[in-house]
Amino acid sequence: MSRPRLSHVLTSLLAGALGVALVLILLELPAHSGLAEPVTEAMDRSGVGHEVTAVLLNFRGYDTFLELAVLLLAVWVAWSLGRQDPVPARSVRGPVLRGTLRHLVPVAVLTGGYLVWVGASTTGGAFQGGAVLGAAGVMLVLARPRSLPRVPRLGLRFVVALGVLVFLASGVGGLLGGHGFMGYHPDWAYALIVAVELAAAVSIGLGLVLLFLGGRVQGDDDDH
Amino acid sequence: MPIAGLTGGLSWAALIVIVPLVGALLTGLWPRAGGWVALVVALLTLGTTLGGALHVWWQGPEIHALGGWEAPLGIALVLDGLAAFMLLLTSVVGLFVTLYALGYVGRQERSGRFWVLWLWLWAAMNALYLSGDVFNLYVTLELVVLASVALVALASGGPALVASMRYLLLSLLGSLAYLMGVALLYGAYGALDLITLAEQVTPGHLLMMVAALMTVGLMAKTALFPLHGWLAPGHGSAPAAASPILSALVVKVSFYLMLRLWLTLFPDLATPALGVLMGGLGGAAVIWGGIMAMAADRLKPFVAYSTVAQVGYLALFFPFMLAVPGGWRAVVFFAAAHACAKATVFMAAGTLQRAAGHDRMSELADVMRGRPISSFAMGIAGAGLVGLPFTGGFIAKWLLVETAIAGDVWPWAVVVVVGGLLAGAYVFRLLGPAFLAGRGSPGRPIAGIMEWSTLGMALVSIALGFAGAASLQLLDATVTGPGGL
Amino acid sequence: MITENLVGEIYLVCGALLFVLGVHALVVRPHLLVKVLAVNIMGSGVFMVLLTAASGPDLIDPVPHALVITGIVVAVCASAVALALMLKVRAATGQARLPSEAPED
Repeated sequence: MSRPRLSHVLTSLLAGALGVALVLILLELPAHSGLAEPVTEAMDRSGVGHEVTAVLLNFRGYDTFLELAVLLLAVWVAWSLGRQDPVPARSVRGPVLRGTLRHLVPVAVLTGGYLVWVGASTTGGAFQGGAVLGAAGVMLVLARPRSLPRVPRLGLRFVVALGVLVFLASGVGGLLGGHGFMGYHPDWAYALIVAVELAAAVSIGLGLVLLFLGGRVQGDDDDH
Repeated sequence: MPIAGLTGGLSWAALIVIVPLVGALLTGLWPRAGGWVALVVALLTLGTTLGGALHVWWQGPEIHALGGWEAPLGIALVLDGLAAFMLLLTSVVGLFVTLYALGYVGRQERSGRFWVLWLWLWAAMNALYLSGDVFNLYVTLELVVLASVALVALASGGPALVASMRYLLLSLLGSLAYLMGVALLYGAYGALDLITLAEQVTPGHLLMMVAALMTVGLMAKTALFPLHGWLAPGHGSAPAAASPILSALVVKVSFYLMLRLWLTLFPDLATPALGVLMGGLGGAAVIWGGIMAMAADRLKPFVAYSTVAQVGYLALFFPFMLAVPGGWRAVVFFAAAHACAKATVFMAAGTLQRAAGHDRMSELADVMRGRPISSFAMGIAGAGLVGLPFTGGFIAKWLLVETAIAGDVWPWAVVVVVGGLLAGAYVFRLLGPAFLAGRGSPGRPIAGIMEWSTLGMALVSIALGFAGAASLQLLDATVTGPGGL
Repeated sequence: MITENLVGEIYLVCGALLFVLGVHALVVRPHLLVKVLAVNIMGSGVFMVLLTAASGPDLIDPVPHALVITGIVVAVCASAVALALMLKVRAATGQARLPSEAPED
């Protein structure tokens, strides 16, 4: 019993020391505006009006592309770990649940789409939109008016990879067009960014739902 | 190093990322065709990597500004000597592992999952080698972690799952420590591009904290003593086609990143005391891993402990970096020699395990006599691990000793020699029984390509012995910080 | 002006504390669910530090915002994988914790 306690005390001491050192160093950080200036200067060539979207989809689009790749890979990891058989429908009597779903899901889809759309000019974007779509999907999965099919079918695999596929196609197009890998022709930047964001939002939404479902293992009860 | 300049049109760096990515996406859509897609992708990746390496050889490093946005605003892909060398190593080992896996996973029902995860891992490693941006490196690190954890967990069964969970948690701890370092760097200097940062960093408390966070985080991923606990169970219980990838390549990925950071951002922080500390940890790993390998009674954990020992040599880059300009190149060459030898041993071990139906070392002699190709390949690779002449391992250890003596840090030469003796002892323990007279039995049927690809990998580890000078020259074309070599 | 600085400093201190708390819980607490939560708390700490860098003296810097969005998605994915793996570990070994006797250390 005394050994684990000693290691715990040591860990606490080390963590405390790290915390103190971090705080002292963080409080010395100089004030500067980081990359705000270069971003502002390049905004007119970015194709969109909102700085964060410009950074996410254009200046640092490669980060976002790889992040969509992380999501897709995580879905594949969940598939490789968990069960893939169909999930039976949940039998819930009464009109309340279905009525709520029937009203909430379209609202969520509309909100998600709107968030993606306005992302080009104000706060919003593929991730926020995708998260709302994902929430709607999780709701549907939890309520399950119909049984869910066996995963991963081709259609599903395609849609969850759609964001990466569209982004990669656009990026390779940029490379061939002489704007660098992950680059856009300035005239087409807006259209391409919106297309990428729409595809990404759909993939993110579906990916989150699949991750939510992904952990089922042998012996789990579907209805608890 | 002169930098060839920014390239606008087609870029080797971009192609090297794109090819395996496309492969990963294709196998994701059609997992049944995974094996053939992987083979084509492996060949194409080797081709593009060779092209990239030749480009660096002739024209110097290539910096590709993604999206045409130059640093510090955008992200740059940096294809320099170090990156090209690691990419080549990954492509060669990757090709032979792919051939091996064609025989190993074959047409099992769920074999598609292996191909998807392996190609994602390959794409992630290539992206990591080329990334010149500290935050982008974090994203690629996470890709590598997720794919390799899933490869370990493919084995299912309690020990493999516990090992992969341990590996995942430790890796996430390492990644977040690294990310905290990135946040500190951005807070202090307002930039994420490695080359931009290298020109701005000044030694001080903040940079020391960043170096500590990043180095410890990456040490955990590299399984450097004393943070090695996860490696042996993880690599030992992974599927036979995954173990060589993990032990030969994935461990080197975080080592590569550590080396890259120290060459660009932290060269001014390297002090003799730090060199002694890190080299000492490396020496402890060499001894400890060697002893544990001597004590192991099953083949795959045995090979995994040998990795713990050999990773210890990688830590020698700290004292070498300080002692001799360019001394780190010997360590990188050693990493390549180890990767080829270790991939061979793990591939042969997987074959023997499948043929015998178990991997208890005391009972493998019959199968080893009955499978001469795999045993021969294992012998060559074992000689490479020890550092016997006519192997890449010999040249690697020669370079290490030479660097230690040239830099007047000869105690590290002693570590290398003692480690070689230990390796000799445990490799003899592995191979010795096969030379005793006795019955030979080939065991269960094995796809021929598994044995021939293992032999091919072993021959590469010999060929590497002739590429020492060329490798060092390629590594000369590495982009480093203003003060660093 | 003083209040702006103070808010930034509170953010930085809280970020550092969350990070350290996460490290501590990740090492000390045995249950895997707590460990996964600890990783997420560490991540939140890093994101708070990153966000503070966004509030420069005169301009708002959009880059840290983008980094944090990317970081959050990566963290979600890693957590989802960790939780799926945790369930699998529980199904295989009967408990959602790592065996206390590590093989060698």
